Amino acid sequence: MDIKGKVFKYGDNVDTDVIIPARHLNTSKPEELALHCMEDIDPDFAKNVQNGDIIVGGENFGCGSSREHAPLSIKASGVSCVIASSFARIFYRNSINIGLPILECAQCSHDVKSGHIIRVDLDSGKIVNETLGKSYSTQPFPIEIQDIISRGGLLKGIGI
Amino acid sequence: MARAMTLSQKILALHAHLDDVVAGQLITADLDMVLGNDITSPVAIGELEKAGIEGVFDSKKISIVLDHFTPNKDIKSAEQCKKCRTFARRFDIEHFFDVGDMGIEHALLPEKGLVGAGDLVIGADSHTCTYGALGAFSTGVGSTDMAYGMATGKAWFKVPSAIKVALQGKPAENISGKDVILHLIGITGVDGALYKSLEFTGDGVKHLGIDDRFTICNMAIEAGAKNGIFECDEVAEAYMKDRYKGKIRRLTADNDAEYERTIEIDLSRLSPTVACPHLPSNVKNADELGSIAIDQVVIGSCTNGRISDLRTAAKILENRKVAKGVRAIVIPATNEVYLEAMREGLLETFVKAGAIVSTPTCGPCLGGHMGILADGEKCVATTNRNFVGRMGHITSEIYLASPYVAACSAILGYIGTERSFGK
Repeated sequence: MDIKGKVFKYGDNVDTDVIIPARHLNTSKPEELALHCMEDIDPDFAKNVQNGDIIVGGENFGCGSSREHAPLSIKASGVSCVIASSFARIFYRNSINIGLPILECAQCSHDVKSGHIIRVDLDSGKIVNETLGKSYSTQPFPIEIQDIISRGGLLKGIGI
Repeated sequence: MARAMTLSQKILALHAHLDDVVAGQLITADLDMVLGNDITSPVAIGELEKAGIEGVFDSKKISIVLDHFTPNKDIKSAEQCKKCRTFARRFDIEHFFDVGDMGIEHALLPEKGLVGAGDLVIGADSHTCTYGALGAFSTGVGSTDMAYGMATGKAWFKVPSAIKVALQGKPAENISGKDVILHLIGITGVDGALYKSLEFTGDGVKHLGIDDRFTICNMAIEAGAKNGIFECDEVAEAYMKDRYKGKIRRLTADNDAEYERTIEIDLSRLSPTVACPHLPSNVKNADELGSIAIDQVVIGSCTNGRISDLRTAAKILENRKVAKGVRAIVIPATNEVYLEAMREGLLETFVKAGAIVSTPTCGPCLGGHMGILADGEKCVATTNRNFVGRMGHITSEIYLASPYVAACSAILGYIGTERSFGK
């Protein structure tokens, strides 16, 4: 699957409290959450983001609370993929479980700036920064994880 | 012969019905308890409904605790709780805790005897790692994992590698578990234990009470860790006696288990520690911060709302007054803690000192209610996170500290300890 979008770049330790502040957690509707996505770190994000855009973070992206509302709000705002140098573990598994594509790539994160255009081939894990003309390869997911993603999420087809 | 394993790996292997596991291996394991709260459960319930799942694996192995925005602060949060209540009734969830018998989930589950040594627990709340204090493998997950766990009784895990934290020496008076874990996070940074277990060991452990250990394991996630764990000993067993109905499994790490790194901490050298804004790793000595004026103090949360925490705070606040201009909010973590604090006269001490006492709730810790900060305000809190905007306005600041430092700061009106009293 091919993804292409404009980059929103953030730094290290982007926590779930800035991705979706707890004052908005009195709802679990993705479309409502999307209105406040990244609000405390980038107040204009919800206004500026377009379908297919890509978030790139530094180290430990998504640290903090276990709220699945964080990847849900990102996904519902139209973001097609999150790339980071590393991910906090609960955010990582939540993204897999809800089918939000995520890729770890420190070099890509280091080079990229907001506004760059990035293309991602999810099957091969290849990332191309079209603005810089640079490409990167990342580790594909283990087969068990690929299975969850290809099913469309953890709960799909468990047959209960 | 099975390969050498860490304590965390042994618990995972046991629940995956494997002789051994190795770091990096993907496994599916049986769960002893699946937990959710009033923020994460509604999403999980929605996922089960969407998937058309009509049953739960075991109504006795699911806990739903309404603790974050309760008693409900607004209509939307009331609707979320209603959704949990309806679900719990429909599926006959035995361990459903509503206002009246609830408490903050990670203080409540051990207190009610719902977790014990050797158990494997997932919770849709990042501080689920707390139960490592009892020798359980417990870890935070998201709502979809919770939904899958409720439906099947299973979860997938990537077996973690581990960091050994060797604790030596005896802590000085007024040094508590909070100082230990903040000091450790200062060493590792907020991602130094990412995906790994933190296994606490060493001669110093015997000087740490069970509440100190709960606090330490509670904040393992703040170092990025998957879980924090102590081997079950007499202290943990004494706590579980008369509470935990299951079979206590006193597992130990193998002597030749592989650890990525060993961090040694001499407890006797620790000083009262504060994590300054905006990361739990930004630690300083409480007595060396100058005079940072504060607007609010919060003593409570799943990290530090237990009875020993309230006793420590009351000892400082007894016959003293909260400084003018400081709002001091005390939140017993559970009804049992509340009642015990009442019996011991601690609540009276707090109120006489000019503090207020709330019913159990996560409340201000995550900027929910019961003490939200305005533009530029500063708070000393015994909670677990000091991220931007965590307790209110994005320009407000949170200083994380022990109940001892928080109570002293409430008296002083700025961050400090008894050393500054009378100055």
